[in-house]
Amino acid sequence: MALLLLLGQLLALMGHGGAFYLEVRELEEKCFIQEIPDGIVVIGNYKTELYDPAMEKYQPSPQWINLFVFVKDPENKNLLAQQYGPQGSFTFTSQSPGEHQICLHLESIRFALFYDGKLAIHLDMQLGEHTNDYAEFAAKDKLTQMHLRVQQLVEQVELIQKEQEYQRWREERFRQTSESTNQRVLWWSILQTFILVATGVWQMQHLKSFFKAKKLV
Amino acid sequence: MPGLGSAQRWAAAAGRWGCRLLALLLLVPGPSSASEITFELPDNAKQCFYEDITQGTKCTLEFQVITGGHYDVDCRLEDPDGNVLYKEMKKQYDSFTFTASKNGTYKFCFSNEFSTFTHKTVYFDFQVGEDPPLFPSENRVSALTQMESACVSIHEALKSVIDYQTHFRLREAQGRSRAEDLNTRVAYWSVGEALILLVVSIGQVFLLKSFFSDKRTTTTRVGS
Repeated sequence: MALLLLLGQLLALMGHGGAFYLEVRELEEKCFIQEIPDGIVVIGNYKTELYDPAMEKYQPSPQWINLFVFVKDPENKNLLAQQYGPQGSFTFTSQSPGEHQICLHLESIRFALFYDGKLAIHLDMQLGEHTNDYAEFAAKDKLTQMHLRVQQLVEQVELIQKEQEYQRWREERFRQTSESTNQRVLWWSILQTFILVATGVWQMQHLKSFFKAKKLV
Repeated sequence: MPGLGSAQRWAAAAGRWGCRLLALLLLVPGPSSASEITFELPDNAKQCFYEDITQGTKCTLEFQVITGGHYDVDCRLEDPDGNVLYKEMKKQYDSFTFTASKNGTYKFCFSNEFSTFTHKTVYFDFQVGEDPPLFPSENRVSALTQMESACVSIHEALKSVIDYQTHFRLREAQGRSRAEDLNTRVAYWSVGEALILLVVSIGQVFLLKSFFSDKRTTTTRVGS
């Protein structure tokens, strides 16, 4: 029964890995943004393919094409800067809330020129409870099906909770920006009135003394 | 007699396993996935994504522009034969559901080619098929206990909560982006206007003085 479950999970994973793909050239960098709270695990499953002009379709990449992954957190600190093979997965955990930048580019690690080579990156990024491997939980802790279902619900609720906390942080930032704008508009109006009155007075005084000097007044 | 009994048991066991395997294989026909991605689209650029979809799968494409310019983008969805299923220009957000009529690679593109200097951040969520069940060995026919079906309905409800949270976060990001834009514009405008005011008022005075200076030289020349 456990074996069947494992086999089923494997088959489901293979089927689930059919996410979208995008076409790139070698060394072309593609960046994605993930706006997440802190403490969230993100897993990116990817697969790269090379376009074969002879067969006019994409074939799995050879081993000498590697994927470089760079993940930057909201403070521009490097969370992940690693090289991976032509297929697999990368994972990182967010340390601070905000916009994380995930940049990928493909490079051939041997010195082969790619003149016009088209490559495809299949990408599937998951976070929260989708990152759990339930088959592993079941096998390791001998949990029942019911327990696994409840575990999934607990993970979902934790994600919702973290997102709500992040929402509170963002709302405070928004409020600060709005209050700063309000202050700036207020001070600017006062300053503008002051400058206007001051220049008016200066103009009058200057012209009066000028005309007096010219003996026109 | 005992030989027949064991053969019967054997047949029953084989039948059970065969059924289970068949059920498993029936479950894996179409890949189902939900991908949500936020990416940056530079000005004058177009970004296309491709996905292999099997016939009969119900798919939903949803997109929203988060930052940049007038918060709009062109979107286009094509089927494997190149027929345009969905095409909208300068849309801020939209949702489109369709059922795949044929097997193949579907292509959807976002274009910012109409914009000259603003780059946009676009979020899209492409849902293909239904989410896979937690236990691949169960199928829709298998009976769930009350507890299990309660868990399934809570799971679905929480999924929609997370979905609404995402949409709320995107709207808030859009609002915040506009507010920060406004803040910097107010700062630049204040400084700029102060400078203009000073330059114009001082310039006016000196220009006026220059009028009277010329008149004075002409009058003295006439006088002598």
